Amino acid sequence: MTTRSMRALSGTLKPLFSPRSPQRYVVAACHQTHKSTYTTIAPPARYGGRHTVTLIPGDGIGPELAKHVCELFRFCCVPVDFEVVNVDSTKTSEDDINNAIMAIRRNGVALKGNIETNHNLPPSYKSRNSLLRTTLDLYASVMHTQSLPGVRTHHRNIDIITIRENTEGEYSSLEHENVPGVVECLKIITRTKSLRIADYAFRTAREKGRRRVTAIHKANIMKLGDGLFLECCKEVASGYPEITFDSMIIDNTTMQLVSKPQQFDVMVMPNLYGNVVSNVCAGLVGGPGLVPGANYGENYAVFETGTRNTGKSIANRNTANPTAMLLASCLLLDHLKLHGYASMIRKAILSTITDSQLHTADLGGKGSTSEMVQSIMNAIQSSGPRTQRH
Amino acid sequence: MKIFEAAKAPIRWEERNVTAIRGPGGKWMIPPDAKESMDKNKIGLKGPLKTPIAAGHPSMNLLLRKTFDLYANVRPCVSIEGYQTPYTDVNLVTIRENTEGEYSGIEHVIVDGVVQSIKLITEQASKRIAEYAFEYARNNQRASVTAVHKANIMRMSDGLFLRKCREAAEKYKDVKFTEMYLDTVCLNMVQDPTQFDVLVMPNLYGDILSDLCAGLIGGLGVTPSGNIGANGVAIFESVHGTAPDIAGKDLANPTALLLSAVMMLRHMGLHGHAKKIETACFDTIRDRKVLTKDLGGNSKCSEFTEAICQKMKDMD
Repeated sequence: MTTRSMRALSGTLKPLFSPRSPQRYVVAACHQTHKSTYTTIAPPARYGGRHTVTLIPGDGIGPELAKHVCELFRFCCVPVDFEVVNVDSTKTSEDDINNAIMAIRRNGVALKGNIETNHNLPPSYKSRNSLLRTTLDLYASVMHTQSLPGVRTHHRNIDIITIRENTEGEYSSLEHENVPGVVECLKIITRTKSLRIADYAFRTAREKGRRRVTAIHKANIMKLGDGLFLECCKEVASGYPEITFDSMIIDNTTMQLVSKPQQFDVMVMPNLYGNVVSNVCAGLVGGPGLVPGANYGENYAVFETGTRNTGKSIANRNTANPTAMLLASCLLLDHLKLHGYASMIRKAILSTITDSQLHTADLGGKGSTSEMVQSIMNAIQSSGPRTQRH
Repeated sequence: MKIFEAAKAPIRWEERNVTAIRGPGGKWMIPPDAKESMDKNKIGLKGPLKTPIAAGHPSMNLLLRKTFDLYANVRPCVSIEGYQTPYTDVNLVTIRENTEGEYSGIEHVIVDGVVQSIKLITEQASKRIAEYAFEYARNNQRASVTAVHKANIMRMSDGLFLRKCREAAEKYKDVKFTEMYLDTVCLNMVQDPTQFDVLVMPNLYGDILSDLCAGLIGGLGVTPSGNIGANGVAIFESVHGTAPDIAGKDLANPTALLLSAVMMLRHMGLHGHAKKIETACFDTIRDRKVLTKDLGGNSKCSEFTEAICQKMKDMD
């Protein structure tokens, strides 16, 4: 497809491509390159090999978790500097979020906490998180849920990657009230975006050696909308013969997920079903405190906790589970090609999780956030020389 | 039907076929004699109807809903002893708005490659379902009602739904009212379903969540469901698929239809008979001696029915 060659082009001619023009899918003949270039181009490292990453603390437990991430990175001497941009969710002006978006455009990568949306405000106040995702065109939200050792759950041996279309579908925020008392909300499905997300899903499946991709839909009711999505997935599937493709209706999917989640491998779906399915999967492996999420676009990547909660009720009490945010920061490091640091931190996190004494309240324990982070730092210190002497 | 005879329930059955036919004017509708029968009797029991994907006519179930204005779909999900699932002690009810929302069926192709689907939320329908939910909670001694929504994203539509729920909550002060985001509900549901009681929500979320809850107790083969409409009409049904592969082979599990019929009896006020049949059914499943294939046994459908009838005779 042309987009791949366009991306390859933009990679080599990066300095000439500013401001970044929106990529358009143009049908033209070109040679197939299976390797996607966006994963091989790391954001340019500046100032002596150190990366600059935008950090948006967000609301609720976001700020304290962001602090822990900074501490951990400093402890491990990770060559990343954080540019902190605060977004105040109580203000109605969009300056804050625009500053954040500008910063992400500058740095190319971001780590963020969830920004609260007060739904009692008038509809002109758009969800800040949504705004960020659509403006930066972060079209794929990827969540890899795996059963973690040491965490007690109803089901075991779960390993599902959920890939969710992040910019259209039900979240287009297009609503109007034609007649008082009757509200219409539009759900938009386009061929371009469906093809794009399906392509992303199959590429990811191939890269990670996955055998099966399942498309989730409700085409028996929403025949045109989800029918289009399904058609696009089938089209893309034909280009990946080694990967099995099947589809499942969303209600059957949720039922199967609570009875036999081990049957799923990679799942791709539009926005709203993605919300439901990713939250169900997160619940199955132990809750919102354990799963990291990543939002990928053609030019930007933003990492956050998988289930996007603000955790208002547990804010500032030192009881939040830092695992999700820390694993998200590992994904960030992988994206920046700092694999050594990523695997070091990940190993330490997994060894801490297996110790049930340290489990925080969401896992049924009595540990605190700082205790968990301290234990992770100890694990890293004992595993190698790459740490700062405290 | 056999079980009802054995239970000596005062019900007379009128069977009707509801295959869609094209009426005058080209609109699809259900056969007029079926409609008449329903209007006369007001209560119905229905088995599964097949909906082919991308067929020319609208889904049969949707047609029934529109004809009788069945605005509330009620699905109580209670863990069944004897049928083990990873979740125990589930006891919740999902009440789902059945006529509008995402399933209004209004879709257009705007330009080639862009499809728009309209989700409709009206004040009237939201008010109706909210009030029904609280009525139900009060009549069945339920402690709390939770409204499930996504108002942070769909500000106006779910906002309207939420406002109506809040207003209804004011009128029913004896029932506790909470509101929760859809994703939070999903998350908590798979970790700890015991924290939920009655859930009320618009159409799409209701579809997903009610099936999720059905999965928690063991699937659609054991889940009853009722559709309540305006004018006192109520149709109770089993919600599983038509399972054409085992049709006519005496292998099907009748539990879902049976429990739906029990719901029907309760709705009509015949609590005694309802309790008898329900207890017999649960006892049979708990004994684990005569179970159909999907519940883990090896018996035929008729044997299962026999066992339940036997239990009821023993109780008399």
